[in-house]
Amino acid sequence: MTQLHTPSLAGALHHPDGEKHVEKISVRDLRFYYGQYEALKGINISIPDRRVTAFIGPSGCGKSTLLRVLNRIYEMYPGQRATGEVMVDGDNILDPNLDLTKLRTKIGMVFQKPTPFPMSIYENVAFGIRLYDKISRADMDERVHWALSQAALWDEVKDKLHQLGTGLSGGQQQRLCIARAIAVRPEILLMDEPASALDPISTAKLEELIEKLREEFCIVIVTHNMQQAARASDYTAFMYLGELVEFDTSEKIFTNPSNVRTRDYVTGRFG
Amino acid sequence: MTRVQTRRITDIVMTVIALAVTSLVLLILGAILWTLLSNGLSALRPSLFTESTPPPGSQGGLLNAIFGSAVMTGLAILAATPIGVMAGTYISEYGRNSRLAHIVRFVNDVLLSAPSIIIGLFVYGIVVVQMGHFSALAGVVALAIIAIPIIVRTTEDMLGLVPDALREAAAALGSPRWKIIAKVSYRAAFQGILTGVLLAVARISGETAPLLFTALNNQFWSSNLNAPMANLPVVIFQFAMSPYEDWRQLAWGGALIITATVLALNIFARLLTRKRTGRS
Repeated sequence: MTQLHTPSLAGALHHPDGEKHVEKISVRDLRFYYGQYEALKGINISIPDRRVTAFIGPSGCGKSTLLRVLNRIYEMYPGQRATGEVMVDGDNILDPNLDLTKLRTKIGMVFQKPTPFPMSIYENVAFGIRLYDKISRADMDERVHWALSQAALWDEVKDKLHQLGTGLSGGQQQRLCIARAIAVRPEILLMDEPASALDPISTAKLEELIEKLREEFCIVIVTHNMQQAARASDYTAFMYLGELVEFDTSEKIFTNPSNVRTRDYVTGRFG
Repeated sequence: MTRVQTRRITDIVMTVIALAVTSLVLLILGAILWTLLSNGLSALRPSLFTESTPPPGSQGGLLNAIFGSAVMTGLAILAATPIGVMAGTYISEYGRNSRLAHIVRFVNDVLLSAPSIIIGLFVYGIVVVQMGHFSALAGVVALAIIAIPIIVRTTEDMLGLVPDALREAAAALGSPRWKIIAKVSYRAAFQGILTGVLLAVARISGETAPLLFTALNNQFWSSNLNAPMANLPVVIFQFAMSPYEDWRQLAWGGALIITATVLALNIFARLLTRKRTGRS
């Protein structure tokens, strides 16, 4: 046990069926600061590969902040810094000498609001691939097809690949962003409240999609919606005021949490 | 009187004042256009576009001046656009919260409101005096100096309207900074930046003072950048002040051409922005 501060971790790394999982991300004593304000107060967690791990908690608890550390996107803004260790496949991604662009091709991200680029659907998906791969037109067509199919969007857009991505509906835009993120074949997929701007039908489609993608990616999802975490995730971490309160299988968190604050939150007594 | 009544009356009074002031402004614009049209239309003959400026008392047109204005405006915009867009990109993308960007923005605002005659005198001092003679090149430099701050400002504003979420999305895919700017920010802001360039064209195509000290004027057709070159604003200035009726007629014609061009550019720029914000 290296993660002494993580409650119930030993249980969390075993699926109820007893199958063991490979650790993909290991966070040790992560602290995060917005200027002087400490938003994450020493987080320790171990996130398994090819499973969905959900982060829940009230607004301002630091769950989105934690997600934004995992691909170091926070570095785009001055005054934000992180200390501690975030190991991905054994490498500390907080190492200042790390090649950020390389890291980010390995870790895809989907944001709260759909963010299609102002270009065609095809170009949106091809954008990330073009950054690092020089592939033939035919191979590109195939990759775009693959990514859009994975994101369950192909059938809806196959006849209008060269229309603007910004012209799609909100739910379609979000699936386009997922297609764009998985087109570069990342290993980890970060999702920051991906369904919060979507209607119930689009949300259901998105959850179906997550269920399918978990076979191939390590998925980390931040959500406000507890039902969504219960439905769509294998593991759930409850955060409160910048601390990780409890981390366990989603089943345990939502039926029989060990911590009283977790229990109060998931039963709707606060938050 | 109840409070509701007071509010209603205040509302009516304010509406009337706003409408009155608006119509006053429109009236001034209408009067300018009407004067130009009524005096300039009769000058619009084919010879206006095919013959060069005449000596007093003979037939002629404005071909050399139209050509000179087009050449100098065009070259000035060609020089000012990359400089302006890059400086605007620095302020909005790379500099963001840096001290240098704040200083550059402030200096640019000062330059934006600098009287054009000062810029003309400045270029006279550093180019014309050094070269020993007036030249179209000096005119190009002066016009470019006027155009740059306009382009810097609009580029900065338009890039500022691009949501950070788009930049984050591109960064999250592993884009290096310059590719985020070149492929995403520029593409999202393209129409706005183009609008800024068009507005800069509109602004410099009517500038007179900076050309008086630099390109001066030329009675004849000249495409030599190293020599004085005719241009519409200075020709209008010179001809409108002359005692010769046919020269004054040509000045009206030139004024009409400039105004129509500027109006067309403004309308075109407006249409572009409207398409950008999706209100069309």
